[in-house]
Amino acid sequence: MNFVALKMLVADRAKYFGLIFAIAFASFLLANQISIFIGIMARPASQIRDVVDADIWVMDPQTLYSDEVYALRDSDLYRVRSVPGVEWAVPLYKGLGRAKGPDGRFRTVILLGVDDASLVGAPRKMLSGSIHDLDQPDAAIIDRAGFLYFFPGEPLQAGKTLQMNEKRVLIVGISDASAPFQSFPVLHTRYSQALGFVGRERNLLSFVLAKPVAGLSAGDVGHRIEAVTGLKARNSKEFSRDAFLFYLRNTGIPVNFGITVMIALIVGTVVPGQTFYIFTIENLKHFGALKAIGVTNRRIVSMILLQAMVVGGTGYAIGMGMAAAFFSITVNYLPTRGIVLPWQVMAGIAVVVLFVVGLASLMSVRRVLVLEPAVVFRG
Amino acid sequence: MVADGMAVFSRDVTKVFGRGDTQVHALRGIDLEIRLGELTMLVGPSGSGKTTLLSVITGLLDATSGELVVLGERPAALSPEELILFRRENLGFVFQQYNLIPALTAAENVAVPLLAGGVKRQQAFARGKELLATLGMAHRAHALPSELSGGEQQRVALARALIHEPKLIVCDEPTSALDGRTGHAVMELLSATAVRPDRAVIIVTHDARIFDFADHIAHMDDGRIVSLEENRKNGALMNGLAAASATLSLAEPDARSYTTTGD
Repeated sequence: MNFVALKMLVADRAKYFGLIFAIAFASFLLANQISIFIGIMARPASQIRDVVDADIWVMDPQTLYSDEVYALRDSDLYRVRSVPGVEWAVPLYKGLGRAKGPDGRFRTVILLGVDDASLVGAPRKMLSGSIHDLDQPDAAIIDRAGFLYFFPGEPLQAGKTLQMNEKRVLIVGISDASAPFQSFPVLHTRYSQALGFVGRERNLLSFVLAKPVAGLSAGDVGHRIEAVTGLKARNSKEFSRDAFLFYLRNTGIPVNFGITVMIALIVGTVVPGQTFYIFTIENLKHFGALKAIGVTNRRIVSMILLQAMVVGGTGYAIGMGMAAAFFSITVNYLPTRGIVLPWQVMAGIAVVVLFVVGLASLMSVRRVLVLEPAVVFRG
Repeated sequence: MVADGMAVFSRDVTKVFGRGDTQVHALRGIDLEIRLGELTMLVGPSGSGKTTLLSVITGLLDATSGELVVLGERPAALSPEELILFRRENLGFVFQQYNLIPALTAAENVAVPLLAGGVKRQQAFARGKELLATLGMAHRAHALPSELSGGEQQRVALARALIHEPKLIVCDEPTSALDGRTGHAVMELLSATAVRPDRAVIIVTHDARIFDFADHIAHMDDGRIVSLEENRKNGALMNGLAAASATLSLAEPDARSYTTTGD
């Protein structure tokens, strides 16, 4: 009877393709908007994720998230190092500066000053040069997007210079740093060098990056640091989540995306649901005949569910294909780099589609189940 | 005690719809005996209870009271699942509006009862084509219902009713949507192919032009059988017996020996 169900489904081409298009469009819209939302909301934590050597971030107790920091005193670094369970701790400067290119174009840049000796916090994904080139005087590593802004059309090669605070910045490498939220260029330099690039500030110590000794968790050591120093300590995941939640609570981004997602959900639920319902109701007479002939209710329910699953599966596959194609193109563009289609989103949308077609088919099934087969004798 | 060879036996069968002031007595004590090998017509004005009686006999509706035995089974004693199985194995239906599935070809429509019984698709379709050929419809086996005339659609519906070799065929106004000539042709085919010594046919009709095909005509009015007449002029039974032998020789030796898919 599956054959009969499938032929009934595809017979009305307009409704069949309408159903598939509605689900495909809704799936695509959901995948697109949710993935972009996740991608954008992950950006404030870009610089946190890019630091792979340290597990613990220590900061001023009132710090809300990574983009707004109040500098610590230099002595705080030693206090952190003295906490039992801390294997090592290094300084990290994070601030904004202004860089000017050779042709006069300038931009605000995110400047990261990493520990001179260990280079903890330096970019790990290099497109050109090496992090050890930071040892050179005035050296800095710039990210690909920043390089292409200051040197459009030029090959990704070290050796170019910028100016910051009337000082020469020698580009010794190009990194593939994750895109920041504000799309500013990202410059890495040595901690001692950062002072020259941003001008005199009394304190430069934005964060202390620390590593727990083997066998201890970042969480436990973080709590010890907080208890001993009175500073705030977060592991990388917590600190990334802080950034995510800050933007979630303090910007209109969630509302904006939320509305689109809601519309996609409503359209994706109502249109296919209604169309599928009408499709089943139009076939009620035939289902009645099948019941009279001796097809069981269970078999008819499975026929309707099969129809729903085929429509849902096909629509979902097309929608995900469209979304995958979209992100495979946009991932190569600088403004949208790093925004991808996570498998969790695909899985989540599969559940949503399953729910939608399941709901639609259940509404239809109800009518079929209560259908009196004697209706077939009523002309 | 129901005699051997009895297809339908009913005593004082009633059917009441609704309750209280809105009660409708659709059947008011039906006594009826239909033997295997006979073609019985239920006739009468609209609202006389013909279709309700047909629905009760086929187990599509429950009788409110009375005794009803169909092909040796008491529908009231069967569970819903047993009743569905009983219908699937023993009953063939021909509907007024044909009720063919528009998405399926003629051969596929004919095969539906076999598919419902779990017969494999290719076997069922082959049997459908074969049966259509015996009804003179081989050339239309791949046509959709929308491409068939009314008479052709009713022949497909007849083939669908016959394909699983049921013991009782019920027809609801099989000629009412057809012109006189086509209706007569359909009835000739029906009486020639459907009536067999081991099968009974019940036809609900308003169409007086086809009364000659009946062995018995039960006249109904106001939920009662007011008269039951035997049609001695009818040669359909003998014709049917002869044609049935021919149909059987064309059909599978044992229609219930198909390989099933376990569905």
